[in-house]
Amino acid sequence: MTVLLAAALTLVALAGTAVVATNLPERQAVSLSFLGLALTVLFVALQAPGVALSQLGVGTAIVPLMVMLAIRTINARHARQQAADQQDEQDGGPEDGQSGKSAGGAET
Amino acid sequence: MSRGVRLLVFLVGGGCVAAMFAVAFFRMPAFGGTAHLYRDLAVRATLAHKTANAVGSVNFDQRGIDTLGEETILLASVIGAAVLLRPSEEEAELRPRRPGRVMPSTKLLGYALLPVTLLVGLDVVLHGQVTPGGGFQGGVVIATGLHLLYVAGSYPALDRMRPLEAFDIGEVAGATAFGGVGLAGIVAAGSFLANVIGRGTFGQLVSAGTVPVLNGAVGLEVGCGMVVLLAHFLQQDIIIAAKTEAAASGGTAGERSGSDDEPAERDEES
Repeated sequence: MTVLLAAALTLVALAGTAVVATNLPERQAVSLSFLGLALTVLFVALQAPGVALSQLGVGTAIVPLMVMLAIRTINARHARQQAADQQDEQDGGPEDGQSGKSAGGAET
Repeated sequence: MSRGVRLLVFLVGGGCVAAMFAVAFFRMPAFGGTAHLYRDLAVRATLAHKTANAVGSVNFDQRGIDTLGEETILLASVIGAAVLLRPSEEEAELRPRRPGRVMPSTKLLGYALLPVTLLVGLDVVLHGQVTPGGGFQGGVVIATGLHLLYVAGSYPALDRMRPLEAFDIGEVAGATAFGGVGLAGIVAAGSFLANVIGRGTFGQLVSAGTVPVLNGAVGLEVGCGMVVLLAHFLQQDIIIAAKTEAAASGGTAGERSGSDDEPAERDEES
């Protein structure tokens, strides 16, 4: 039992370090999912199956999925913004105040 | 505040926390010890209420009001996300996108596991008073399982099988039912969330009084709430785009310039 607990705790420590060491947020969502799985194993080893089930559902599936979707939406908006800015420059650059206003509006 | 002062404030605060942690940890019972006052009291009450799952008894019977608070937090966060993620004035829904390609193995596994997952989720909700799990865990399993339709099929397939209005109502109905059981406790026994229903037989499906009822209410609320939450996130990612982009959804060359990775990204989406 002690060996199993030590192994599960080591796995959690390694997976947690991996999340911190992952530099891109969209990849971090994947390593976060692995951390969730490692925590599930730890909770089963600690004889807490109810918590393990919650951890598996929320920590391994839903939270990484929401992080991934949020990052994708932000990236898409960012790309759109950049495209719009470039368009403005190509059109010969309208007066500064107006372009700043329209860019701010698109962000909200 | 300069860097030095900030560091000083951090060191004072961090030092205090570290000292208190050290004092607390040295007086803690040893890991894996057998003496546990709260457990002894909780298990005694659990057995008296004919509940086999002690954790379920603590969550839904002995400390039911804590669970009511947690469910309300979930309800509030789903409403908050729905408000924040609604399409803004500059955005429009972008409907016709060609479905992406799904690997045959993914399709097979997804469709085969879809009914299995939903059934497991339902089982976890229904047996919350007997085995580990309960409304929260089962609801999450059902909500994630439903999204296998998106993974194996397509977003329109998921959209057809998931009338959001019904799930909105389901979420609120679950939260209301929890409060209703609590009020029934006041009427019948004089205290909120009192376990007033007949207790049944220990270890059987009909046991533990109000615990299975509350599990069902929480399962309904969490399942529907998670589906609604994920739906808003998916909508943002898949079908909502800037109005200009929606107007030119056929895709003119000028619209796409400056974002080389976007066409590739669209292929993944359905």
